[in-house]
Amino acid sequence: MSAALLPHPLFAGFAGAFEFIFSKQESSVTGGKKVGGLEQVLELSWTQIEVSLLALAVAMLIALPLGLYFGHKGAGELVAVGLGNAGRAIPELALLAFVAAIVGVGVVPLVGALAVLGIPPILTNTFVGIRQVDRATVDAARGVGMTEFEIMRKVELPMAVPSIMTGVRGASINIIATATIAPLVGVVTLGDFILGENVYGVDGVVAGAMVTAILALLFEFALAGLQRRLTSRGLRLQPQ
Amino acid sequence: MNNPLAGIPLAAVGEVGEGFLKERTGETLPCQARPNHLFCADWASENLHRYGTPALQQFELVIISVLIGFVVAFAFALLAHRYHLLQWPLLAGTGLLFAIPSLAFFMLLLPITGRGRETAIIALSAYTLQIIYRNVMSGLANVPESAKDAARGMGLTENQILWKVELPLAVPEIIGGLRIATVSTVAIATLAVLAGGGGLGTQIYNGGNLTFPTAIILSGGIAILMALAFEAVFVLVQRLATPWRRAEAEATA
Repeated sequence: MSAALLPHPLFAGFAGAFEFIFSKQESSVTGGKKVGGLEQVLELSWTQIEVSLLALAVAMLIALPLGLYFGHKGAGELVAVGLGNAGRAIPELALLAFVAAIVGVGVVPLVGALAVLGIPPILTNTFVGIRQVDRATVDAARGVGMTEFEIMRKVELPMAVPSIMTGVRGASINIIATATIAPLVGVVTLGDFILGENVYGVDGVVAGAMVTAILALLFEFALAGLQRRLTSRGLRLQPQ
Repeated sequence: MNNPLAGIPLAAVGEVGEGFLKERTGETLPCQARPNHLFCADWASENLHRYGTPALQQFELVIISVLIGFVVAFAFALLAHRYHLLQWPLLAGTGLLFAIPSLAFFMLLLPITGRGRETAIIALSAYTLQIIYRNVMSGLANVPESAKDAARGMGLTENQILWKVELPLAVPEIIGGLRIATVSTVAIATLAVLAGGGGLGTQIYNGGNLTFPTAIILSGGIAILMALAFEAVFVLVQRLATPWRRAEAEATA
């Protein structure tokens, strides 16, 4: 192996990115205004967290009740499952570019587009989770005099939590990933570093990627922890 | 008309362009020059040939990435099936790769592999690992114990049981994993342009010019059609690969 292939240049690429995160740097195109530094990194991270949480909330508000209702009724399986399959086929770059060109730029069109990506996995997994609840259990609940609403809230919903949370995690991954290209819709998230090489330099691009990856993993860990907390102890004891 | 210049005397407008003048004189403006247009069928049919190469690039990206992802994930699953201690670390590890946004993954590879097709392929195949691994594992786990017992009774070794009983019975779920991985990868491969990997994204994100809806709809539409075509192929393969399912259905009918 030649010396050129040793880790040195590789290391330098990431070292520059670390420097970009922690201290401001000169940029050739901003006219003396410095870029990078913890303050800007945190500001863009915060924007990305805000729009992602907002979109996830909107997606849950729409998809959860629909999934619960149709799962309880046992109707609309083709739509619920088909939507989940169709949702995967949406190219995020085309979706955001389309929204920017047709609807306009800003937080509202962005959150709408992100929610569109979040709805299918939540809806499908909620529906499937509710359907998988043992019918005998539901009948037993009906037998002890629970109303349909009580059956949904006290029996079906808790037992479907693992499946629902799988859907929420899938939605969160889609949303965080797509929020990275939010600068295309005029919202300055961490993607601004990644897409703005001429402003931030290669160090900025790699730094943006590092922080985005960490943010995505934090979301994943938080939701995995939430899934554990929300799953009732009885269900956790069952071998999956 | 939403023309912002409507109502202004022609002389005051001056040289705004031939198309505009034509419109004022009653002739039609080409669709793509009109404000607030949604889709220009004329432009689309004239320029459709431009999308052939990007579509082919995207197709190749998907095929190569899913193939690599399948080989690695399948090997992981066999390892985890043999050594149960590896199950959790492999699930968690592939889960981390799955959770990292592809765009961030591309750029994390930048100091190592630079921009190009390889970078896109590495990130895309890393993304598919979790989906395929999970499905192979759950396919193997769902093989009825009675089928394995019967095989054992016939004198098959554990290795023979794996290849002749467990894996064939897990085929539907393995193909299901491939289907989900492939369809998702078609969509995500549209981002490969940002890694310098080509694909349909080149027709959307060319020099940051994102404002031509016809090009966006065409590129996105072709990507969606490609994903649906893969979906259909996998549903067909799944039927062909599991003849006993049909036999069962006929027997119970």
